[in-house]
Amino acid sequence: MEFEAVIGLEVHAQLKTKTKMFCSCKTDFKDEPNTNTCPVCYGLPGALPVINKRAVEFAIKAGLAFNCKINLTSVFSRKNYFYPDLPKGYQITQYEIPICEGGEVKVDENRAFRLERIHLEEDAAKSMHKGNKTLIDFNRSGIPLIEIVSKPDMRSGKDAYDYLVQLRAILRYLDICDGNMEEGSLRCDANISVRPKGQKELGTKTELKNLNSFRFVQKAIDYEIKRQIEVIKSGGRIVQETRLYDDRKNETRPMRSKEEAHDYRYFPEPDLKPLVITEKEIEEIRKKMPELPLEKATRFVKEFGIKREDAHLLTLEKELADYFEEVAKLSGNPKTASALIQTELLRELNAEKKSVNECSLKTETLAKLIKLIDNKTISMKIAKDIFPEIYKTNKDPETLVKEKGLLQITDETAIEEVCKKVLEANPKQVETYKNGKEGLFGFFVGQVMRETRGKANPQIVNKILKKLLEE
Amino acid sequence: MSVVRQLKYRIQNGELSIVDLVKSSLKKAKEKSNLNCFISLFEDKALEHAYNIQERVKKGEELKLFGLPVAVKDNINVKGSETTCGSNILKGYVSPYNATVVEKLIENGAVIAGKANMDEFAFGSTNETSAFGPVKNPYDETRVSGGSSGGSAVSVAADIVPFALGSDTGGSIRQPAAFCGVVGVKPTYGRVSRYGLVAFGSSLDQIGPFSYDVYGASILLDAISGFDEKDSTSINKPSNFEPELRDLKGIKVGVINEFADQIQSDEVKGVYYKVLDFLKASGAEIVELELPHIKYSIASYYIVATSEASSNLARFDGVRYGNRVNSDNVKDMYFKTRSEGFGEEVKRRILLGTFALSSGYYDAYYLKALGVRKLIAKDFEKAFSGVDIIFTPATPTTAFKLGEKLDNPLEMYLSDIFTVPVNLAGLPALTLPIEFSKEKLPIGMQFISKWFDEKTMFDIAYTVEDYYKFYEKAGYGRF
Repeated sequence: MEFEAVIGLEVHAQLKTKTKMFCSCKTDFKDEPNTNTCPVCYGLPGALPVINKRAVEFAIKAGLAFNCKINLTSVFSRKNYFYPDLPKGYQITQYEIPICEGGEVKVDENRAFRLERIHLEEDAAKSMHKGNKTLIDFNRSGIPLIEIVSKPDMRSGKDAYDYLVQLRAILRYLDICDGNMEEGSLRCDANISVRPKGQKELGTKTELKNLNSFRFVQKAIDYEIKRQIEVIKSGGRIVQETRLYDDRKNETRPMRSKEEAHDYRYFPEPDLKPLVITEKEIEEIRKKMPELPLEKATRFVKEFGIKREDAHLLTLEKELADYFEEVAKLSGNPKTASALIQTELLRELNAEKKSVNECSLKTETLAKLIKLIDNKTISMKIAKDIFPEIYKTNKDPETLVKEKGLLQITDETAIEEVCKKVLEANPKQVETYKNGKEGLFGFFVGQVMRETRGKANPQIVNKILKKLLEE
Repeated sequence: MSVVRQLKYRIQNGELSIVDLVKSSLKKAKEKSNLNCFISLFEDKALEHAYNIQERVKKGEELKLFGLPVAVKDNINVKGSETTCGSNILKGYVSPYNATVVEKLIENGAVIAGKANMDEFAFGSTNETSAFGPVKNPYDETRVSGGSSGGSAVSVAADIVPFALGSDTGGSIRQPAAFCGVVGVKPTYGRVSRYGLVAFGSSLDQIGPFSYDVYGASILLDAISGFDEKDSTSINKPSNFEPELRDLKGIKVGVINEFADQIQSDEVKGVYYKVLDFLKASGAEIVELELPHIKYSIASYYIVATSEASSNLARFDGVRYGNRVNSDNVKDMYFKTRSEGFGEEVKRRILLGTFALSSGYYDAYYLKALGVRKLIAKDFEKAFSGVDIIFTPATPTTAFKLGEKLDNPLEMYLSDIFTVPVNLAGLPALTLPIEFSKEKLPIGMQFISKWFDEKTMFDIAYTVEDYYKFYEKAGYGRF
């Protein structure tokens, strides 16, 4: 029997507001523990919440970006449960009427995953276990979150991965969440069930937690799908439960059973009035919406003639897209710009774990380098060779090329001389070549390039070698 | 002249110094400690504060509360002192911040004399559920003060302080005010900031004043009211409550016949009709009101209030503050801390509220109660389209004996029958003491006015007060 997986994701995104969801404490959760706290986020007796308007604005931005319906009136509720990191004994969240409903995350031109809702809530504090003690840091308590809940539209770990990549890209474009999974500013739980293909009703689901990177999400889901199918095939039944993913062993393990799950006793938060937004406020926010990754990619394809896959990769980070766009315009050669950025620049940045923002190589400099290739002053190979140095020093490429004597040799007589020398030095290979082993042609090119330390213009070398060998 | 006005003039004339007044207040508090109306008394701090205010007044500063001492119910946070809420679970808990009303008291020149005893977490109508023992009625120490703001009411009734703050969720200011013979006001919901008031039923709670007389209550309310950005449910409405005598001619006074029928004490009934006669004789027009849903008040109140309370009291878990009973695992620590820290009535209400919010019961209880609440508010809205004020008794009886109703919570809940509908509707109301019973127990009546129309309520109560002059019979203001 063939099985089909049904996957829904719940993503919690910490909003990059300056202050917390319901008080004016700073959101810098990495500060000295328990320094960004007040009666409200400590849940002291008598403290009351006040809605952070900026957080509301951020949630609306997300709603607009994902094409949700924005509810003009939404309601905060209390979700009641006991946990040491939950200071009030309840979390203020949105339950019956969230701020955004519906919408979708488009992962490319032809594929989109629908959303159930987006709602605003507050983060809990952070527990730390030291020996037999548990310490709690309330710096995180009350940081604004949006929870983005998808519909169960995904079918594989890859789907979830694509969804998350695009979701994160959009949140970062909107500048409302820094999307750092390792630090927990973006968290993802996955609900997974399997059913025989063609069956309508859903199978029993499990919930996966502790997914600390997009790759782990993908792997954990794929593992879990396999596990569930195996259980069913061997005549077993899926238990509704929460499972933790262990990335070292690449497996999931039960955490706690859902049967003993809490009754959260949701009810409308009496300390807050319903959240009312006007059409005008929404329009103001809409006017300030940035160009989003997919729109940008489509524009790059049209405007710069680069490949769609390249455009996608270049637009996942707004900073990288901006960098590319500048280099493309300054150099007048978007294709080479795209190639050099995706291979050379990203390699260097990744090696140093830096972002484009921290890159010392100026767009003007990279554009100059591309121009040197285009006017045949240097070859692509030389460009790649000197890239690390230019990347580090941001030195003017032309000066560097001159200093190092790396100007491309385009003088045909000079190149012909070297070619002749190479052929003379390798009579056996010439003979073999002439006897039909044409694969050796690359060998001769390589020898010439070695002799000229890569400076010979490859097209001219090709032309001359062909001519000489055919003589 | 009303007592608080006289105190004001005596202070302004230099006849009475603020420091002496506060000293005398503290002395009385200690002499009358058997009444048990204070949980903590701010001796040194209050005196120091009195000196400061005296200096401010000397420099010509005009202070709305001109240095009068005030007792603050122990569920309102005062920075640097204990907030116990009358509970073992918070015994020893020192608040690091001031409630907004406390900031306003200080700003307006009141001297905080101490924290007043109360029913545990304000759950009770007799002040007998306090972990610090019951408060006694100063007119008969074998009787209850009423509650939950029993300590606040008694601190004024025993003439220890001219002012006190209480909180009123279903009658917790107005009922003890009636039992103790002082003026007590529950303002319109949203009039006074709740920031720093330990919540009981968040959608019902309001902080309000106690004083010897209507004037006193009105200026104290004036000082503490106003929009507060820290309380999203507070509302910005201009206030000037200073009462004026009104010609009652043509004033439309609404009465609720169902209420009159539920008065248990003949003496209370007698006073009720007596005041009605006075109003009629003064030219007021009495209008009989139909409030069809009011009979469901107590039922819906105990669902809404306990539901909110069950959630509001979840924070008392022993993790961050308050008294913890240690154990080797968190769950057990919760059980022990809350089992030992909370009293019977608190546990009863937490269980009731938790049940009402549980999945499967939520619609039948909580949602239904909210629906009834809306209908009650609508009933009042309709009623107020035809009247200026509603006049009712404040309580069905005079103060009962200590221990009399402690074992019968339902009967105790019924003592709030005339006050609870006001909280459900969010309306303002005032208890005015009228006269003493044969046993020399105070009897009080209630005036309810339109949302944010406290002025009318103060004016009419002031006019009635001017006729009965209860404060003279009680002999308040001996400083």
